[in-house]
Amino acid sequence: MPSPTNVLTPPEDVAAALPLGASADSARVDRPRSLWSDAWHDLRRNPMFLISAALILLLIVIAVFPGLFTSTDPKFCDLTHYNGGRAPGHPFGFDRQGCDIYSRVIHGARASVSVGILVTSGVVLIGGVIGALAAFYGGWLDAVLSRFTDVFLAIPLLLGAIVFLQAFPFRNIWTVVAAIVLLGWPSVARIMRGAVFSVKESDFVTAARALGASDMRILSRHILPNAIAPVIVVATISLGLFIVLEATLSYLGIGLPNSTVSWGGDIDAAQSSLRSAPHVLFFPSAALSITVLAFMLLGDAVRDALDPKLR
Amino acid sequence: MGTYVLRRLLQMIPVFLGATFLIFYLVLGMPGDPLASMCGERGCDPATAASLRAQFHLGEPLHIQYFEYMKGILTLDFGETFSRRPVMEVMRDAFPITIRLATVAFLIEILVGIPLGLLAGLRRGKFIDGSVLLGTLLVISIPIFVVGFLLQYFLGIKLAWFSPTVSGEAPWSELLLPGIVLASISMAYIMRLTRTSVVENLHADYVRTAIAKGLPRWRVVTVHLLRNSMIPVVTYLGVDIGALLAGAIVTERIFNIHGVGGTLYQAILRGEAVTIVSFVTIIVIVFLVANLLVDLLYAVLDPRIRLA
Repeated sequence: MPSPTNVLTPPEDVAAALPLGASADSARVDRPRSLWSDAWHDLRRNPMFLISAALILLLIVIAVFPGLFTSTDPKFCDLTHYNGGRAPGHPFGFDRQGCDIYSRVIHGARASVSVGILVTSGVVLIGGVIGALAAFYGGWLDAVLSRFTDVFLAIPLLLGAIVFLQAFPFRNIWTVVAAIVLLGWPSVARIMRGAVFSVKESDFVTAARALGASDMRILSRHILPNAIAPVIVVATISLGLFIVLEATLSYLGIGLPNSTVSWGGDIDAAQSSLRSAPHVLFFPSAALSITVLAFMLLGDAVRDALDPKLR
Repeated sequence: MGTYVLRRLLQMIPVFLGATFLIFYLVLGMPGDPLASMCGERGCDPATAASLRAQFHLGEPLHIQYFEYMKGILTLDFGETFSRRPVMEVMRDAFPITIRLATVAFLIEILVGIPLGLLAGLRRGKFIDGSVLLGTLLVISIPIFVVGFLLQYFLGIKLAWFSPTVSGEAPWSELLLPGIVLASISMAYIMRLTRTSVVENLHADYVRTAIAKGLPRWRVVTVHLLRNSMIPVVTYLGVDIGALLAGAIVTERIFNIHGVGGTLYQAILRGEAVTIVSFVTIIVIVFLVANLLVDLLYAVLDPRIRLA
């Protein structure tokens, strides 16, 4: 969000010249700039943010339009190329089935990116609503919702997801998403609950209530915008972790079906020929790691921008 | 203190019942016949099927099944596997191996993660700090099974420093490499947590006071700084115990170890409901007890926290 060209807003260079640390904190009180425009101001200057954001943008383009990057069909396989090395038009070589690895890496992005985004949206939505309601209303609702959260938190994520997935006779991207969302929302709920708790006693909430604002309005207009920052940070970092989790489930043979081209599945298939053809394992692993790294870096950058104290 | 422990134990009961019921529902309550996967294509011998149905109370409503199962657990009767072997016996074989593996991983996390994190925090902005931040980021980003293959290939096969697979007995020495793999991600988190926490506390008043008193540097660092920085790390370690047992599924598959993870994974593939539920129940108990111990440790680390 770019800072509005308001008469009251000091020019950017004045803000940049302010010393960091404690004095910057006290200066922020006088400044009319919000936390968000301040964060955006920091982010634009952070090379880590620019690199990771560019990578993620590229990934999303690859996931949406894989045809722009390769015209080879990832499922067209020729066993005569079994574990073959680089060849003209096939920069990464061939896998165990003789499929083009480059094409499979490009087409595998869609599965990972869509699972990551879908799971993160689901987790933020469910965890956010439950955490916010628990903190906002408190009392018995908080007690019930917190115990409910604890129940799901007591089951390790990977283990719970495996148990959930084995219960389904079929496997597709939605079962994987559902499994991770079902077990993954409690950590977001806890963070949201803590954040809303720390905001709800603020003077501006009391003021809004005194003006007769409804609960819904107070929650959505006053509390959430001030409590969402930690959730955004955790969501960005978790997005990378959810992609790893999907790959792990596919590696265990219980995640995405074999008919879906995915990095996790390809890594699993490459495992058996690790000694004779390490390149088959290398490319999907590298693609997966770079993707996860990009989201973690983005999360780190966003956290630094939203909480300068942590620097 | 006593009342606090008692209250926490009472709070654990609904969480335990909820979590185990959830697992029970996922394994036995979903539509479909839990015995379907047992006898394969041909279907079960009717007599066997009937006795199994009676044993698991399959004809009855789910809450009755759950109640009967929990009654069995209270007397340490976990039921039988498809091959009529008591689950208790399977657990007695599997758990010692995974406990050894998790212990190795846990020690690596503490002995490598905390000192390196401390060093990075003390030398903030220097070379070692940068390397720790970059290294941990890489370890977290590379999936654990890829780390496992790479270490197995280079350290186990190429350099032959470690044995690349683990024999049935799983002695301590063979568990070193799998332990490193299992520990890797948590170790990276512990380094980062320790570093952040140390950096935050470095300029605290009590550290300045300790230096002003003329205490030797190592004493300021270990007794004052490190102890006060341990709370987030200890919290993470507590949560991690459950994650180690679950994460062993991947590690044990890579190194072919027949511990909790390996047995559980086989049980899931075969659809052995009773084995799955029993193993997960134990893991949930371990997780809950570990979290209780963490909360008790807070008071030891920071006397300002009173448990009442």
